[in-house]
Amino acid sequence: MTEENIQKIKEIWNALKGVEDPEIPVISIVDLGIITDVTIDEKGFITVEMTPTFTGCPAIEVIKKGIEKKLANLGYENYRVELNYKTTWTSNRISDEGRDKLEKFGLGRPESHEGEPHMEDIANACCPHCGSENTELKSVFGSTLCRSIHICHDCRQSFERFKPV
Amino acid sequence: MNKEAAKELMLKMADDALIYGHRLSEWTGIGPILEEDIAFSSISQDKVGHAWQLYQLLEVDFGTPNPDQMGFERKENEYKCSRLNEFYTRDYAFALIRHFFMDHAEFIRYSLLRASSYEALAQLAKKVRGEIKYHVLHADTWIKKLGTATEESHSRMQAALNEAFPYALGIFEPGPFEQELIDSGIFIGEEQLRAEWLDEIRPLIEESGLQLPSTTNAEMGGRSGYHSDDLAPLLEEMSEVVRSDPEASW
Repeated sequence: MTEENIQKIKEIWNALKGVEDPEIPVISIVDLGIITDVTIDEKGFITVEMTPTFTGCPAIEVIKKGIEKKLANLGYENYRVELNYKTTWTSNRISDEGRDKLEKFGLGRPESHEGEPHMEDIANACCPHCGSENTELKSVFGSTLCRSIHICHDCRQSFERFKPV
Repeated sequence: MNKEAAKELMLKMADDALIYGHRLSEWTGIGPILEEDIAFSSISQDKVGHAWQLYQLLEVDFGTPNPDQMGFERKENEYKCSRLNEFYTRDYAFALIRHFFMDHAEFIRYSLLRASSYEALAQLAKKVRGEIKYHVLHADTWIKKLGTATEESHSRMQAALNEAFPYALGIFEPGPFEQELIDSGIFIGEEQLRAEWLDEIRPLIEESGLQLPSTTNAEMGGRSGYHSDDLAPLLEEMSEVVRSDPEASW
């Protein structure tokens, strides 16, 4: 790949850090781990590949438009955003920085798991308000597909957590 | 790859997900407790998402009409959903039993499809399986809870189970291309799926204090477009808005 294209790809990744998931407007799509590749072919055509968090996620189209807008703002004309499942998204793909941001936003962080979350991974959550681990799973389904509902027995607040998937 | 075989398999999976998803959504706003209202709504959203992805793949790889047309604009006998999924929801016990039967079958189906020779389907299966894992978890929790809670909850769960079981066996109604699917490595086939499903649900049913009926009679027909009286009103309701202005752009 040419030096010029390497620079362009860097620039695009940087710009994508400015695109947010509308359901969690504190974390970028890069920190969320849904961008799986950015490539430029020999004709200069740009492809951004993304893999959705959930198949029924209503934010997919909004995110796609957000990416296209960023590319247009950078002055590019030939590009497309491709949605595919070549890489399966799991919560392990969320960056550490992303997890910190989720916690600050009030969502419990998903801990990493070894390929597949077990019941303990799903039930054991750390309270984002007080940091206690004395919490209880209330429901595996929350206000969006990516959240579960828990109660903290120490600060007695209920909280939502970004599910380990 | 045997295209007709793959298409037939994906179409029945997509129709199951759409029709089952619609039935689940009927609990939105009227769930027995708030968490259940949210749970059924979320699971429904996942199912309709699965249907959309499958219709989308069918369009791209096999040239079928687009997902909206497939979902809303076909004739009743063109839908390949199993009868279990189209039944109107009698009560909460029936909803949970259907959920339990259906999601265990889907979990195993998608687990097996991860090894499919049809790569796009195998990739999608990995994703969908992770979502269904949560659905199964939810179903198992409630089957155990209500199977063993009170005499009334137990008897209602058992009655729902007895009614739904023959139709649950109908999920595995063989299609016209079973051997082709097996030979080409696309899917392991309905018979094997049914055997694995029975092995998986049997101990869970026992732990829940319930009993599987001894019948092995499967109520079939859905896969070949022969449906119960419950599907037509569902399709009527589901496509009402689309039909009011088919040309509208959303």
